[in-house]
Amino acid sequence: MKFKVNNNEVFASTGGRPFDKKKPLIIFVHGSGLTHMTWVLQTRYFAFHGYNALAVDLPGHGLSSGESLKSIEEMADWIKDVIDAVGHKEASLVGHSQGCLVTVECTSRYPDKIKTLSLMGGAGAIPMNPELLSLAENNDPKAVDLMMDWAHGPAGHFGGHPVPGLYHINTGTMLAKSRTIQNTLGVDFRACDNYKNGFDAAKKIKCPTLSILATDDKMCPVKEGKKLASLIDGSQVDIIDNCGHMMLLEEADRVLTVLKKFITTNYPPLSS
Amino acid sequence: MSDKKKELKPNTYKFDTLSLHAGYQPHKNAGSRQVPIYQTTSYLFDDVDHAAALFNLERGGHIYSRISNPTVGVLEERVASLEGGTAALATSSGMSAIFLTVMTLCEAGDHLVVSSQLYGGTVNLFRLTLPKFGIKCTFVKPRDTEGFKKAIQKNTKGIFGELVGNPGNEIMNMPEIAKIAHDAGIPLMVDATYQTPYLCKPFEHGADIVIHSLTKWMAGHGSSMAGILVEGGKFDWMQNDKFPTMTKPYEGYHGLSFAEEFGPTAFTMKARAEGMRDFGPCLSPQNAWNVLQGIETLSVRMKKHCFNAEEMVKYLSNHESVAWVSHPSVPDHPDHELAKKLLPNGRGSMIAFGIKGGKDAGVAFINNVKLASHLANVGDTRTLVIHPASGTHSQMDEATLKFAGLSHDMIRLSVGIEDIDDIKNDFEIGFRAARKPRLVSNQ
Repeated sequence: MKFKVNNNEVFASTGGRPFDKKKPLIIFVHGSGLTHMTWVLQTRYFAFHGYNALAVDLPGHGLSSGESLKSIEEMADWIKDVIDAVGHKEASLVGHSQGCLVTVECTSRYPDKIKTLSLMGGAGAIPMNPELLSLAENNDPKAVDLMMDWAHGPAGHFGGHPVPGLYHINTGTMLAKSRTIQNTLGVDFRACDNYKNGFDAAKKIKCPTLSILATDDKMCPVKEGKKLASLIDGSQVDIIDNCGHMMLLEEADRVLTVLKKFITTNYPPLSS
Repeated sequence: MSDKKKELKPNTYKFDTLSLHAGYQPHKNAGSRQVPIYQTTSYLFDDVDHAAALFNLERGGHIYSRISNPTVGVLEERVASLEGGTAALATSSGMSAIFLTVMTLCEAGDHLVVSSQLYGGTVNLFRLTLPKFGIKCTFVKPRDTEGFKKAIQKNTKGIFGELVGNPGNEIMNMPEIAKIAHDAGIPLMVDATYQTPYLCKPFEHGADIVIHSLTKWMAGHGSSMAGILVEGGKFDWMQNDKFPTMTKPYEGYHGLSFAEEFGPTAFTMKARAEGMRDFGPCLSPQNAWNVLQGIETLSVRMKKHCFNAEEMVKYLSNHESVAWVSHPSVPDHPDHELAKKLLPNGRGSMIAFGIKGGKDAGVAFINNVKLASHLANVGDTRTLVIHPASGTHSQMDEATLKFAGLSHDMIRLSVGIEDIDDIKNDFEIGFRAARKPRLVSNQ
């Protein structure tokens, strides 16, 4: 569906079901340089089971217009604006990678609006490799190739996509190259690198929180994810073996099973 | 000690490694080092919720082997990885892959621009069968790049061609034709069976959908029929209103928009969800496994195929019984320079040559070679020969033969990987037999 936030058109996938204001809202926030399509193996389930599943394209990404937002704080405020724009008072948030920084910041800023928080491959800070950052800011496609290499675990490099016939790494590459690299990945990487408030923001979070981490995640290692989770009261942690940073694709079924249990328990769907 | 900073390099697997490993994780298959053959029709659901999730495309997984199968899935991922594509869908043959591609793209009332130099079966599909579904085609000679542009109509939904035409070895100028297609907002579909991704990766030259008859070089051993369509993932289906079945809510899947939901894999998702469901040209797991065995040695075989082919080009070019030789490695081949650009790893192992003495000599040659096999296939490990005018293209009339660039003296040669001296010796037997009728008639 399309709607406006701050006069810019926003695209969000609704998981193949029409948006229904009566249903509770879950917002999925993608990682650096990516789009709503990374969530396809999670959103459709929730959309068919009593929720409004909204996988947004951040401004300037995917099918959303406008320029990319330059800081994690701006993105956090933008998520709050999305909740308002679609006419809801509250939402559950699900973030991946950079999306974790955004949702942690948003939850700490707007505690009354956020009912549950689910973090995948999250950390309190994501400092960027300076060379990778420079490549992305200079529009070099090698930045995407490096990101896809590091984002997939050793098993994920062989493929084994849960959807028959799809090949992880090339699909991710196409998503990240669908818009101008320096305007998406470059801006996002810089925003991640600049963001220093993750650990303080985490301490303010009181809603039920889940962290899904992966043993082979090079970009946000388990140690960093646990450190963030330890600062959030009562945070649950689930660790997936033989899996890299792209857990939402590499181990989509496992992620969905854990996410489903967590969200339906803490933020029940509209019963049909 | 050097203080030079180490340059960052992506360590994703390279072609030869992907040929052996892509699409398969042993730890998820009981540790089986070889890809298991899932010889089953269907798959247990955990519960009713799980079943509904699979049918609604909420989860990935298998339901029924007409739609997908784990062994076939490994093959699909492997070919997608080798081509640099986002997704692939394997089918029971190359022809069914072409048919499924067209039916995923087009509706009744649509039009396609098609290269005229194609395998005979493909010509008949576009010329005679697709019009029965309301899909019309305009044929353009593969070297007539401007002709492709002129043939595009308001209702044209794509351009289709074989990268190297069968059997005349005419090469499409893929980068230029891709630009023409993209300027018109339509995709370029390329049958790259003759090349395999070892010789050419069409996505790097602008193609949007690549099709293979896997029966040929990819499987390589003449044992199994199979086809595949591979998606490049770059084509924007939402750029115009030409592809409503990709962009508008689809009644067959609860109002799903394939382009919105699946983006760079939308075409393959639609081809599977709709095409395999409704037409059902599925690949058997046994044949998928056989093709996987072939792909494991693809680069090794292709090097030998190309070496032998170039040796045969030299041999035939200097032979007294040969009137002409067509292969992109020949310097006076009209597409020699284009071939160097598009096929840097080798020009393929298909040779067309004209035999002196015309049709009768061709028949005598074919009937007398002993090592080369006379059959309707290409891309076997063994050397194959056929006389197209009386074989693969025999259903064409004189005018169509001429338009397809075929002559009665043409022999199509698919060079195998036998010892090159044995192939040449065998051809000597064939040429001797081919000269005999003429020697007799000259007396």
